Amino acid sequence: MFTALKKGRIAALGVIAVSAAVALAGCSSGSSPLDAGSTSTGSAAAGTIVIGSQSYYSNEIIAEIYAQALEANGQTVTRKFNIGQRDAYLPALASGEVTLFPEYSGNLLQFYDKSTAAVSADDVYAALKTAVPANLEVLEQSAAADQDSYNVTKAFADANGVTSIADLAKVSNVTLGGNAELATRPYGPPGLLSTYNVTVGFTPIDDSAGPLTLKALLDNTIQVANIYSADPSIGENNLVTLTDPKNLFLASNVVPLINKDAATPEVTDVINKVDAALTTEDLVKMNGESTTDQKSSADIAKEWLDGKKLF
Amino acid sequence: MNLFLDGIAWIFDPAHLNGPGGIWVRIGEQLSYTFGAVALAAIIAIPLGLWIGHTGRGRDVAVLTSGGLRALPSLGLLIIFALAIGIGFKAPLLAFVILAIPSLLSGAYAGVEAVDRRTVDAARAQGMTEWQVLTKVELPLGLPLLIGGIRSGVLQVVATATLAYFASGGALGVFINDGLKTRDYAELIGASIIVTVLALLLEGIFALLQRLFVPRGVTAGRISDVRSRPLRPRAVVGSPIQEGK
Amino acid sequence: MNWVVNNLGLIWSLTLDHIALAVPPIILGFLISIPIGWVANRYHASRGVLLTISGLLYTVPSLPLFIALPAILGTGILDPVNVVVGLTIYAVALMVRSVADALAAVDSGVRQAATAMGYSGWQGFWQVEFPLAGPVLLAGLRVVSVSTVSLVSIGSVIGVSSLGYLFLNGLQRNIVAEVISGIVATLVIAIVFDLILVAVGRILLPWAKADPSARQTRRRTAERALTGTVTS
Repeated sequence: MFTALKKGRIAALGVIAVSAAVALAGCSSGSSPLDAGSTSTGSAAAGTIVIGSQSYYSNEIIAEIYAQALEANGQTVTRKFNIGQRDAYLPALASGEVTLFPEYSGNLLQFYDKSTAAVSADDVYAALKTAVPANLEVLEQSAAADQDSYNVTKAFADANGVTSIADLAKVSNVTLGGNAELATRPYGPPGLLSTYNVTVGFTPIDDSAGPLTLKALLDNTIQVANIYSADPSIGENNLVTLTDPKNLFLASNVVPLINKDAATPEVTDVINKVDAALTTEDLVKMNGESTTDQKSSADIAKEWLDGKKLF
Repeated sequence: MNLFLDGIAWIFDPAHLNGPGGIWVRIGEQLSYTFGAVALAAIIAIPLGLWIGHTGRGRDVAVLTSGGLRALPSLGLLIIFALAIGIGFKAPLLAFVILAIPSLLSGAYAGVEAVDRRTVDAARAQGMTEWQVLTKVELPLGLPLLIGGIRSGVLQVVATATLAYFASGGALGVFINDGLKTRDYAELIGASIIVTVLALLLEGIFALLQRLFVPRGVTAGRISDVRSRPLRPRAVVGSPIQEGK
Repeated sequence: MNWVVNNLGLIWSLTLDHIALAVPPIILGFLISIPIGWVANRYHASRGVLLTISGLLYTVPSLPLFIALPAILGTGILDPVNVVVGLTIYAVALMVRSVADALAAVDSGVRQAATAMGYSGWQGFWQVEFPLAGPVLLAGLRVVSVSTVSLVSIGSVIGVSSLGYLFLNGLQRNIVAEVISGIVATLVIAIVFDLILVAVGRILLPWAKADPSARQTRRRTAERALTGTVTS
């Protein structure tokens, strides 16, 4: 029996273990996710733009547009999409793990300055320029807006005579649904109370105003849903977006946030050109192509760039 | 270590402990998922497992199925169910039932199979019916492995129930998600500590149960029977099914 | 189904990401467990302690672990190393018990015979005990493999690319086919890994099939590893 166990087998075991280790070393120095390890400790290699996106499909489309536009202009791009929410990726931008990120001006400003008084798109943008950390900067903002908005069903609006957020004060037992972090955002329940004197319950639904939020709203599990204004489901489901006379929500336009180390003219010129061409209607249309037509963000971005003939 | 202390401090802040959405409520939800899912899984898996173990039929299918179920990512299942059912506790519960089934199923059939065939034959020779063989011989003797399967299912669900927040199903994952989204490490670590402590408590309870419910003399499931045979047979007292391994 | 056809490239690249995250923890977990399991088996007093600690590690929920690791390791928040280290910890937690049980299942008569034939402790371990423990080790490794493959997806929640992306993205866009394709691809990886392990076992451990009584012990030990019911 022992003859079967002789060194030959041990050697075979060793060979397999070693070759596996070599293969692994190959993996970690090659492409695949493991290569990000090399960029994590400092800023990315010179000349490579690392584009991030939120785990929000619409944000990923904009990031993909940036990526393809830069690639069309001879830049090397690494995509690090689907990075949680602002609280998770801003430190990555500051550390240089990610160098370029499509952002939304109002929400970003409120992240840095909770008590900001800026409301209009221009004021927000001006305030944002000074609010971002020293090693980051915002490029020119786009006319395209995608901001938080409170929506109710047509039936609820009609039954309770609600058209503005202020009208919610007349209705009792209203529950608001949105991503978990909305609970502590300035425009979340605390802001509703202080700005409009409206008290609401809150149900966290972590799909970034996706199908679960919509289903909960249509089922009347929640009565008010935080849905982004460029979301095609508002139109598709006849939802009523409540007006915001006291400006609880700041204007929130698409704006690129970039690590200064990466902000060379070759990069900023391309991105500014893209943002100048992007409109809110484009966003709504592209979002619909993603959810309804199930197209990939790469295809949607390519079609948009081909249509605009920017480069 | 500071993070750890911050986490502990977070747990014992009365503002976090009490009220709707407080720690106690979330612990209750976490345990409800755990026991609810394991109970539902037990209704399905234990009778099936006992039948497979007793008859020997469908064993290969059961091994394959429980292996396959183990590989199913809970997050994906939970999301599929949530998209179909909507938010609330039902989608996570369903996903956790599926998570618990493999452990319970294999615990049940392995328990019955581990019983010495000669003991079973002796029971039959004494005139026991098949039902009696199952309930009076195979089940009590296979109990350690069966309880072990339940224990393993309970631990898996209690650690995984943190994912329920994906379907707005509450439980301790709410804090973990909150902590993640707002980079509140104290909240994140605090909630994780609670989950780990819950798991350890349940583990302890089950280790105790395994001891209490095992009929005297039953050693199946103890490590001793997978150890090699001693060179000379040991004097075995009170463990008649020890031989022949 | 249309979605799947149009996104085969995406599914494939995420599958590769998933594999690259799953393989290192399985191998590292195995290698790290061998000395720990050996100590647990060799020194009886340490057995309970080591197995309890490894069991304790397994109860730490995965999502917070992935998030807490950057703070402990000093890695970047998006660094895949966090996921690899986290999964390695789980792999070790599962595997230590298997190693200890596998070594315990080696016939003590064989061990004594090896000593009698003049094998040193080191030789005896690598040339006799370890190969004989192979089948049970393999059974444990298969469990580790399946569990690691299915856990990798959680990494997507913290922004490390894997098939879990399809779950989160499919959820937001309400594309059920996307979520299902993620589940199916995970299953396929798990099955392929398992087949590879079985094949490796056939090549390296040809004697495993020869001895029926050993096979039964092995099967039972493997099942106990699966149900986690081996009490010490």
